[in-house]
Amino acid sequence: MIPEAGRESLRTAGMLLAFAVAGTALLAFVYALTRPIIAKTEEAAKLALIAQVLPAKLYDNDLLRDVIELAPAPELGSVEAGHAYRARLNGQPAAVVLEAVAPDGYSGRIRLLIAIRADGELAGARVVAHRETPGLGDYIEAAKSDWITGFQGRSLENPAPEGWKVKKDGGQFDYMAGATITPRAVVRAVKRALDYYGRNRERLFAPAAGGGR
Amino acid sequence: MNGQYRDILDNGVWKQNPGLVQLLGLCPTLAVTSTVVNGVSLGLATALVMAGASGTVAAVRNFVPTEIRIPVFILVIAVLVTVIQLTMNAYMLGLYNVLGIFVPLIVVNCIVLARAEVFASKNPVLPSMFDGFAMGLGLTLALALLGGLREIIGRGTLLSGIDLALGEWAKGWVIHVLPGYKGFLVAMLPPGAFMGLGLLIAGKNWLDQRRARAVPRPAVAAAEV
Repeated sequence: MIPEAGRESLRTAGMLLAFAVAGTALLAFVYALTRPIIAKTEEAAKLALIAQVLPAKLYDNDLLRDVIELAPAPELGSVEAGHAYRARLNGQPAAVVLEAVAPDGYSGRIRLLIAIRADGELAGARVVAHRETPGLGDYIEAAKSDWITGFQGRSLENPAPEGWKVKKDGGQFDYMAGATITPRAVVRAVKRALDYYGRNRERLFAPAAGGGR
Repeated sequence: MNGQYRDILDNGVWKQNPGLVQLLGLCPTLAVTSTVVNGVSLGLATALVMAGASGTVAAVRNFVPTEIRIPVFILVIAVLVTVIQLTMNAYMLGLYNVLGIFVPLIVVNCIVLARAEVFASKNPVLPSMFDGFAMGLGLTLALALLGGLREIIGRGTLLSGIDLALGEWAKGWVIHVLPGYKGFLVAMLPPGAFMGLGLLIAGKNWLDQRRARAVPRPAVAAAEV
């Protein structure tokens, strides 16, 4: 026989378990319900973002169909597989849109979308997701300020490698007082993505079958 | 019955306003109130969680043993917050990105747990839901005022970012209160949030004192403040 106190403990534990199971079931249900919508919303947002970094007149193919998966690479700051969208004009490589991550933001990882023209010049960059301080580090968002457009037209030669820093560190990129860690992380991430592109150009534009992992 | 609900509303919005009197959950209060839209959005999300959490807690209050009530309350709150988080992620991606970490952090906002423990665990379902919502409403009003104050002083606009909450069509609603204003960074930074909150609290106390003087009720009015 279980003593009275033991039965009481069991009943309490069972109650807690029942609440945990009910809560988990509800969450699983809502998750299953919202997952396709979240995927669709994020896809639509991504397309809108790509349209911002890459002018539509630069390509004539279906970007979302011409995708290769990128294995995690330290140059892209990624720990999970990302994507590269290949833009072509009349069948010729025009630009590539890379998903990159700045792992060293003020509050964790900053996800970026970086468009690089075939000649190595930046068509543009945008922040896709971040957790930087609202009202302080969030000027890296295009919606908050035009800071991020400062990357447009840049390349590994413009400025030279030692200029790829924020002005506070002796480089060429602006920053706002009070939030230096954020732009520093973004500048470094864009620079690394350009390096990555320089080394992997052939592979990035290879036909779908040969690309990927 | 009606008097009870009026008291609950009065408590949540004015007498015990979570943002201005109880000063619970200061972290999100100070962090997201850089604009009206951010403040109101987080306030409403919190109000929804509080109404749901208080209602649920009141419904199970009679058969949850006291020893495990806090874990059960936290579980209920965490589930509700995650539901709201997933919904915002699905339908208001822009706003979800702006509020970022502060939506999941509603779980640890002590005002939610405080109302569950102080009110909902001792009262029936409907008054408890109403209490949670009234407290959330009070918080929303405080966040809206603080957000408005900081937004006007900090960047000279009102309602900027409204399109993130309601969609592209609302973009024209942004009011440029001070056209050509260059912005005042301090108001956007955390110190500005503390100063703004201090001003709001001072303003509320001033109103309370003026009211107490207009209707002299010795001792009682002063003790309430």
